[in-house]
Amino acid sequence: MSDTVLKVQDLSVWYAVQQGGLFHRRNVDLKAVDGVSFELARGETLGVVGESGCGKSSLARALLGLVPARRGRVLWLGEDLLKLDDKTMRRKRKELQIIFQDPLASLNPRMTVGDIIAEPLWTFYPEIARVQVMERVRGMMKLVGLLPNQVNRYPHEFSGGQCQRIGIARALVLNPKLIVCDEPVSALDVSIQAQIINLLRDLQRKLRLSLVFIAHDLSIVRHICDRVMVMYLGRAMEVAEAGALYRKPLHPYTSALIRSAPVPDPAVARSRPDTGLTDDMPSPLAPPKGCVFHTRCPYAVNRCHRDVPALRRMPHGDWVACHRAEELDLAIVKPAPVKL
Amino acid sequence: MSALLEVRDLQVRFDTPDGDVEAVRGIDFDLSPGESLAVVGESGSGKTQAFLAIMGLLAENGSANGQARFHGEDLMAMSSRDLNRHRGHDIAMIFQDPMSALNPYLSIEKQMIDGPMHHLGLGRAEARAHAVEMLRAVRIPDPDERIGHYPHQFSGGMRQRITIAMGLLCEPEILIADEPTTALDVTVQARIARLVGDVARRSHMATVLITHDLGAVAGVCDRILVMYAGQVVETGTVREIFDSPRHPYTRGLLDSIPRLDRIDDTLHAIPGNPPNLSDLPGGCVFRERCDRAFDACAEPPPLFDLGEGRASRCHLEDPS
Repeated sequence: MSDTVLKVQDLSVWYAVQQGGLFHRRNVDLKAVDGVSFELARGETLGVVGESGCGKSSLARALLGLVPARRGRVLWLGEDLLKLDDKTMRRKRKELQIIFQDPLASLNPRMTVGDIIAEPLWTFYPEIARVQVMERVRGMMKLVGLLPNQVNRYPHEFSGGQCQRIGIARALVLNPKLIVCDEPVSALDVSIQAQIINLLRDLQRKLRLSLVFIAHDLSIVRHICDRVMVMYLGRAMEVAEAGALYRKPLHPYTSALIRSAPVPDPAVARSRPDTGLTDDMPSPLAPPKGCVFHTRCPYAVNRCHRDVPALRRMPHGDWVACHRAEELDLAIVKPAPVKL
Repeated sequence: MSALLEVRDLQVRFDTPDGDVEAVRGIDFDLSPGESLAVVGESGSGKTQAFLAIMGLLAENGSANGQARFHGEDLMAMSSRDLNRHRGHDIAMIFQDPMSALNPYLSIEKQMIDGPMHHLGLGRAEARAHAVEMLRAVRIPDPDERIGHYPHQFSGGMRQRITIAMGLLCEPEILIADEPTTALDVTVQARIARLVGDVARRSHMATVLITHDLGAVAGVCDRILVMYAGQVVETGTVREIFDSPRHPYTRGLLDSIPRLDRIDDTLHAIPGNPPNLSDLPGGCVFRERCDRAFDACAEPPPLFDLGEGRASRCHLEDPS
């Protein structure tokens, strides 16, 4: 896409982990993110989904330089963020913001809501008069659906959904161009999740924001994302346009994720076949050789045990890392409802 | 069929620095042998506190009133010594966070054999063999070896399966599961739900599934109890609740589930936030968030009986 703002190439995040007992201690690399590449256009939302331990949060943090990257490039408007010194990176942060999963834990309990939202302004623009700052803060509160007259209250006086709105207001106050949302609704009640998802989507359209939306829930992602990247054990399995991904996934793991999402319909939920996924996810400290998914894949053949599949482009433009993508037909068939 | 557990006018209140909080404000329900009941509500609806009260596990500043008759015996009136005959034996509870439910200092074996030795009178070797069988049933690989391991040596999904195995050890008549799969990944969730269902069918065990996600219970429960601000607002079979919800809150909950099988541009959300329990509004507590509120809602609605086990706490059902 010509309007690309973010280009990530071969990004890897490794953590050094000590293993073994007192006398057999050795350092092992935990490859949380291992060679992930993607692009993001202006005004686009990319969903990143996967189970816990797949590296999606590490990826989110590495994009903003909150955890060090081992390898790769994060090109923001053509400039590699990983090469910037701390001072320059700090200035860049005006354009790049993040919203965290736990809304209450990410707000300072001793600061008023007004101060929490205003803090980024004071940090980056200390010369602006307090009156103007507070005016902007009230404007932001209105924008995210909070009452501006609650500006002097403390976080504990708000519910989870309202705290997440405060987090969003704080992220937006500097007019950023990119927001990384790290599971912003996982901690919220279902009825409130929908409020926050709708708010994020409206704001994104109004302000033409680019969003990277991290989630473990495919159905949430479907409602807000243009494209979706599916991760497993630190690697991208599939990157595809959202509609196509849910209709006809290319990777067996994507298909298993879709088929294990709960269906809120008693008749359909009861007739659903098993996903065929066996065992738990292997330890990221000892990922399987060959394709990392082969130990759980119902379609694995000899080649999958041996060769790592590259993420490659399919004729219609979506990306997949599976040796057998061409021959497998993983189209999602709606199961017929059973009679209760 | 006579009820296994009969709960009548159960109330729970907490004495807090901000004043009294009425967490549960009089709920009634029956649980039959082998039945699978889902208790659904948002955080603060009182769904968890109601069952902690029945199990005698309320925090120190909490107090409970009402009755919970198990085989005719009132659990609420029992001393904690008498309750211990039932807890973990014929009534077991599984909690949301498997890491805090397991003792990190003890091996799984140590944590699993005490219950059967105490409640079933098994010897150590028998209790161990029984525990190994149960771990095998929840699909822990190499259970004979892994039973000697400590909680941190298992993945999150395996730990939750271990707590489920522990809950099932003494073949309880009632298994209460509080958001047992919320902390788990979807691929694991589906399998655990299936597993509990299989065990329940085999041993005719009644299950109570406490959750905030109506979407997750469609495939696993017979009957649903919807709670809001400490009260039951609707009950019915899973089919009735999903096909023809009567209470506006239930309808709102159903509509706000994000779905893979249907794509709408805007997700339906219930506006506003759950009410503050220490300062409840007068009239119907859902009124402020309800799209169908009318004059009558200034008065608190009773739970209207709609026949055949259905009920809804809404003035729309008022026959007069």
